[in-house]
Amino acid sequence: MVNKTVASLDAAVAGIADGSTIMIGGFGPAGQPAALIDALIAQGARDLTVINNNAGNGEVGLAALLKARRVRKIVCSFPRQVDSWVFDALYRAGEIELEVSPQGNLAERIRAAGAGIGAFFTPTGHGTLLAEGKETRLIGGRPQVLEYALPADYALIKAHRGDRLGNLVYRKAARNFCPIMATAAKCTIAQVGELVEVGALDPEVIATPGIFVRRVVAVRERAA
Amino acid sequence: MKSLTRDELAERVARDIPEGAYVNLGIGLPTLVANHLPAGREIFLHSENGILGMGPAPVPGQEDPDLINAGKQPVTLLPGGSFFHHADSFAMMRGGHLDICVLGAFEVSTAGDLANWHTGAADAIPAVGGAMDLAVGARQVFVMMEHRTREGRSKLVERCSCPLTAVGCVDRIYTDLAVIDVTPRGLRVREMVDGLSLEELRRLSGVPISG
Repeated sequence: MVNKTVASLDAAVAGIADGSTIMIGGFGPAGQPAALIDALIAQGARDLTVINNNAGNGEVGLAALLKARRVRKIVCSFPRQVDSWVFDALYRAGEIELEVSPQGNLAERIRAAGAGIGAFFTPTGHGTLLAEGKETRLIGGRPQVLEYALPADYALIKAHRGDRLGNLVYRKAARNFCPIMATAAKCTIAQVGELVEVGALDPEVIATPGIFVRRVVAVRERAA
Repeated sequence: MKSLTRDELAERVARDIPEGAYVNLGIGLPTLVANHLPAGREIFLHSENGILGMGPAPVPGQEDPDLINAGKQPVTLLPGGSFFHHADSFAMMRGGHLDICVLGAFEVSTAGDLANWHTGAADAIPAVGGAMDLAVGARQVFVMMEHRTREGRSKLVERCSCPLTAVGCVDRIYTDLAVIDVTPRGLRVREMVDGLSLEELRRLSGVPISG
């Protein structure tokens, strides 16, 4: 019997090596797999490259991973927020590398990686600092910038419900980057609020089919 | 001359959003537009984090941490609204499916170049979010901003001094003093606040504006 569920958060993040590239789902706190991040901090992997829309909020989740000095580089669209003081201090001290990608390019680079596409051209960013040094072509009468796919070794994501086959459904706007990140990593690890029997999820609403998911761990949702 | 308050400016922008429009309101000043959409007009608000048909803030106590807007504030979903992942959300933005986006700005040039993501200051932490995608992808780009900086400098410029968000993307500018179109022949004023002359507007703007 196929069973992608693992018994513990420790087992969920086992084997993540130093130097890995890790996608972390979420848009700010919504959809961020906080329990998996805490487990990753305990696991100890360092020198990580993290791909997320932001660079952490407060001192929990991704911010806690940064604070523990495990991240060498972050790829994101919007690091600076009112509560991103952990990142801000590391950045100003020159202790973390930052790659800013327009959010749509970030999403499409992730999507492309999951779909086996090496790169694509887009008008977004043309004529700006974020396109400096990148190849540009006139396509359909519009200057467009070459952007490369962004794959990862691991994706840590959060879903509302899942089953032992790795099928996932999400809740409201907590979906955000999770489904595309699930497709773009060699090993996708999902924390789910509720683990249900195979067949219990309506196939019409499964947003991430199990083919994209390697490990599933049930985590009781914490109160916000 | 009486310049518009932030709410009056939001109300002015809202008046130009037609029935049936799919609209993205940027973080900051543009968010105010949502409070002034004319009652009875069916308008669909898009939020980059995967929401179409976004509703107003919930009543206190009804906040849901899984239902937030691009500014990470709690919101609601209207009947007929939907959720989707980030690549679909940005397909709406980049693929020309949004009718209007309303963005804030540090500067807009007479050619419609927009600077709104980075002050260019040496110690600034660059953060772009979805601004570049909206600026190139929405069918119409409205800018909503104070006409002048706090120091009294015009935010309409010949050339942007801040790093650009996109080249030649702005269609119309709403400020506390005037509504101005960006045309192939430069800026053209559509309306001004009571008591303001074209001559005075030009003087305050420091760039050519046709009447």
